Amino acid sequence: MEIFLQQVVSGLATGGIYGSLALSLVMIYQATDVVNFAQGEMAMFSTYLAWSLMNHGLSYWLAFALTVTVAFVGGLAIQRLIMRPVENAPILTIVIVTLGLLVIFNSVAGWIYSYIIQPFPSPFPTTAIRVGSVVFGPHDLGAIGVTLVLLILLYVFFRFTSLGLAMRAAAQNPASSRLVGIRVGWMLALGWGLAALVGAVAGMMVAPVIFLEPNMMSGILIYAFASATLGGFTSPGGAVLGGFLVGVIENLAGTYISFIGTDLKLTVALVLIILVLLVKPSGLFGRAVVRPV
Amino acid sequence: MPPLLEALGLEARYGWTKVLHDLRFSVEEGGITTILGANGAGKTTTLRAVCGMVKTAGEIRFDGRRIDGKATEDLVRLGIAHAPEGRGTFVGLTVEENLRLGAYARKTKASIADDLDRIYQYFPVLLERRRQLGGTLSGGEQQMLAIARALILRPRLLLLDEPSLGLAPLVVREIFRIVRTINKEQGVSVLLVEQNASMALRLADHAYLLETGHVVMSGPSTEVGKDDSVRRAYLGY
Repeated sequence: MEIFLQQVVSGLATGGIYGSLALSLVMIYQATDVVNFAQGEMAMFSTYLAWSLMNHGLSYWLAFALTVTVAFVGGLAIQRLIMRPVENAPILTIVIVTLGLLVIFNSVAGWIYSYIIQPFPSPFPTTAIRVGSVVFGPHDLGAIGVTLVLLILLYVFFRFTSLGLAMRAAAQNPASSRLVGIRVGWMLALGWGLAALVGAVAGMMVAPVIFLEPNMMSGILIYAFASATLGGFTSPGGAVLGGFLVGVIENLAGTYISFIGTDLKLTVALVLIILVLLVKPSGLFGRAVVRPV
Repeated sequence: MPPLLEALGLEARYGWTKVLHDLRFSVEEGGITTILGANGAGKTTTLRAVCGMVKTAGEIRFDGRRIDGKATEDLVRLGIAHAPEGRGTFVGLTVEENLRLGAYARKTKASIADDLDRIYQYFPVLLERRRQLGGTLSGGEQQMLAIARALILRPRLLLLDEPSLGLAPLVVREIFRIVRTINKEQGVSVLLVEQNASMALRLADHAYLLETGHVVMSGPSTEVGKDDSVRRAYLGY
């Protein structure tokens, strides 16, 4: 029972991270119909930025704040400078551009910071937390907390502010949005900025667990894809919930199904993707997209 | 006093095809002008030209100032609201969110709640449905929503694109009655393009007849309505 609870909590912790990254994928997908394959590498790059800021003597939370700000501006700039010129290009072209970004971020990070694995600090205390006979990792609980706060902030922003409403409108119906005076291009850029910000937080929360290196996000991105597919690529809330589910399923499968262990955990995500696509392609909370042919 | 909206030598093209030729029309401050014409005459394109959604040549003046070539988003801020072809509903947002978006470009945000109340008085059905998603409304309700969303901007000029399209006659009558009330009470000038000539001529004080992108007739609506060729071709008697 203790092992079960511990695995669930640590699954929720990593699941929150998958969910955050899935959310940033879904935010961009909903606004532009594009899956940003570079989302994970952007998060990795942001995490390296936080790492070098801390190496220069900044405190954790100051580095955190600076990093999310730079990530936001960077995401915005990528949309304006790189994605905007190809926004009317065929979807395959745009996908190739995001794949190009993935490779560029990955190799530039390797070039600047090398491929040596680095430890990344956790802002949370190191003493384990005991509830009865169950021991929880403080970083797990902290990561869950940070993820939840971030999600609540995003929810409030999109649900209750007029800028959030305008961003949702621009994603749904650009033509009508222009007619009410919304600057659609800037809304898309803001979406990229926010997605990069969410990704940066996910990167900094996962780095203490999986360590810092240029390829750290490649597995996480697959989990994020599994989360978004499971929850539904058309449902931001679903993607987050999908993240928590994937995190827990992955951990429980690794613990209780003997041949999976830690080696085949990533396979669980891939199996999930295939199962969802076979059984309910729109995901648990997504709606089926009908397009006129 | 110069007209609120004035087009001189207005042309528009889609690719190589010219669809508007040397149009000249105007909307008086506080007036209702209608542009009549059959399918494909260029009515929708005319409205799209006014609010910067197609490339144009020639002059468009709003309140005496040139507005041709300006971006749609900026024209909204001058007070030009457009209830577009197809009604432009944000189908995944609630009715109230649709309306709040209409006020997005307004300079004064303070009185939006009052204006919502006023809009709900004109369109009680929208009040009933305010928590429903826009996409669940009927055609007539979505048309009302489009007009309401345009009005909450507190525009000086309202562009209406075929509000009668696909609606039952009773609903059309209701919508035209509301447009007339709004024009009288709020002093909003209206540019209406319509296929339903008899309804439009009764509402408008000035009418233009558009055929394949040319203005072929214009004048006070009572006179245009009396013209024999208009009666035969557009009014059916």
